Amino acid sequence: MALSKVWVLAESSDGTVAPITLEMLAAARGLADAVECVYGGDGAEVAETVGAHGASRVLATGPLEGKLKGPHLAAAMVQAIQGGDAPDLIMVGTTYDGRDVAGRLSVKLDKPVVTNNTAVEVDGDTVVVSEPIFGGTQIVKTRFTAGPPALAVFRPKSFVAEESGGGPAEVAAVSVPDVGAAGAAKVLERHVEEHSGPKLDEAAVVVSGGRGLGEAAKFQIIEDLAKALKGAPGASRAIVDAGWVPYSYQVGQTGKVVKPDVYLAAGISGATQHMVGMKGSKNIVAINKDPEAPIFGIADLGIVGDVHKVLPKLLEALQAKA
Amino acid sequence: MNVVVCVKQIPDPADPGALEEDHTLKRDGKLILDESDSYGVEMALQLADAAGGGDVTLVSMAPNNETSGLRTALAMGAAKAVLVSDDALSGAGALDTAKVLAAAIKRVEGADLILAATESSDGYTGTVPEQIAAVLDLPSVTFAKHVEVADGTVKVQRQTESGFDECEAPLPALVSVTAGVVEPRYPSFKGIMAAKSKPVDQVTVADLGLDPSAVGWAGAGQEIVDVSPAPERQAGEVIEDEGDAHQKIVEFLDGLKVL
Repeated sequence: MALSKVWVLAESSDGTVAPITLEMLAAARGLADAVECVYGGDGAEVAETVGAHGASRVLATGPLEGKLKGPHLAAAMVQAIQGGDAPDLIMVGTTYDGRDVAGRLSVKLDKPVVTNNTAVEVDGDTVVVSEPIFGGTQIVKTRFTAGPPALAVFRPKSFVAEESGGGPAEVAAVSVPDVGAAGAAKVLERHVEEHSGPKLDEAAVVVSGGRGLGEAAKFQIIEDLAKALKGAPGASRAIVDAGWVPYSYQVGQTGKVVKPDVYLAAGISGATQHMVGMKGSKNIVAINKDPEAPIFGIADLGIVGDVHKVLPKLLEALQAKA
Repeated sequence: MNVVVCVKQIPDPADPGALEEDHTLKRDGKLILDESDSYGVEMALQLADAAGGGDVTLVSMAPNNETSGLRTALAMGAAKAVLVSDDALSGAGALDTAKVLAAAIKRVEGADLILAATESSDGYTGTVPEQIAAVLDLPSVTFAKHVEVADGTVKVQRQTESGFDECEAPLPALVSVTAGVVEPRYPSFKGIMAAKSKPVDQVTVADLGLDPSAVGWAGAGQEIVDVSPAPERQAGEVIEDEGDAHQKIVEFLDGLKVL
């Protein structure tokens, strides 16, 4: 039995619809008769793309400039739901704004929110979601029993985005009620960090470094290798916490989920925290001096050796081939 | 300025995790302060210091009146703690946790700022801070990588997909901080000794004015229907570097046609 309606929280940056939105739309189409998007912004920005991926309608708040989306978008959604436009399931991506919206929505609807999901199914008339725990070694399935709407947050790359051949989605305005003190936080200025090369979570090759590099200055070779392989550099939580590289480099449970064709882990032992963010990679190469490092348990090619010896020679060989 | 820090006491992440029969996480061993929370504690201490004084109060929810993780944060310099411990909370999800912590925060008089980690290292739902803000009807800025307070306003650099946003909110407000926002101090010997006698206000769900039958499994609105092993990834070839391992990697990459 299918659901009647699913809402997918749509997000975009610089005019491009976020990959996670399109991934969730692909999953939503298999669950419900009607798939709609909710968007905190001008609906025209996303209508064509989400329509091509199966959304029939975009419920849009209009521009929310200078505001943090969480409280405002959640309030608009609650108002629409209370006005009779309730979906059976609301799908939200694991993003900065997505988690804010899901958190506010959960309280305002007094419904549980289940996060970190990688799969969703309909069982009878209930929604069941799957979440990996313990570093992805176990899968927990959770059924929503509190009645609709079910509120679930999904990890990136859980589904494969696919066009449906649909035309542009119809844009419907939803109004944003005054949320008082809860909405008093403001965005004063946006800073976009310059970076060249592909994005970490979209790159075909990811080269990541960890504590085994020894010191911050040694991370440069990770950047160089990533560049030589036309990939993106990544990092373990240990060296992000140590301040060697920015948080945006972090791969793992608390960072980005990556599924590149090749993941090269250098000086990373393989804490569960890290593995949950990269074990979906098609091929894994690991270099670590400890033969007992857990990362070797999931590597297709494991090198027991000193990163300070292997990496410079690897870089040289790659540059010679180019 | 008075700062409240939400902290979680978790099983040591170095130990393999296990589930109870009812699918809740096994928490009957010694619990430690979640490392993610040490950043919030340090941030709170620095902000109170910069403001010329004020108390840093911890709030936590844990089974069996567990305080060992709280003592670590008290040893860092927090003044006191509120601990909610109640069998009724077994099976509590993120929403229940937020309701309980919000009620505990209300017991702390004159809280100007509430800090939390972005997510815990064991449950990692990542929604509790925003849910607490929603329950308390406060403004919030999540994923902070830099925090300052001046003239009744908290200024935050908030992590985004493409960089960061410069944000601000009037106090009282809630801010969730990323790891690495500050360098957490190690408790001194003097701090550890002092922590033993710092007050921990131990309360139950009923003490907070919440209905015990509406929280935990009873009020979860969700049920676990299955826990099963994930498909395992097979290990491949592991070789010792004899000075030519880089060639092996190049061959491997060549075979995948990524070069």
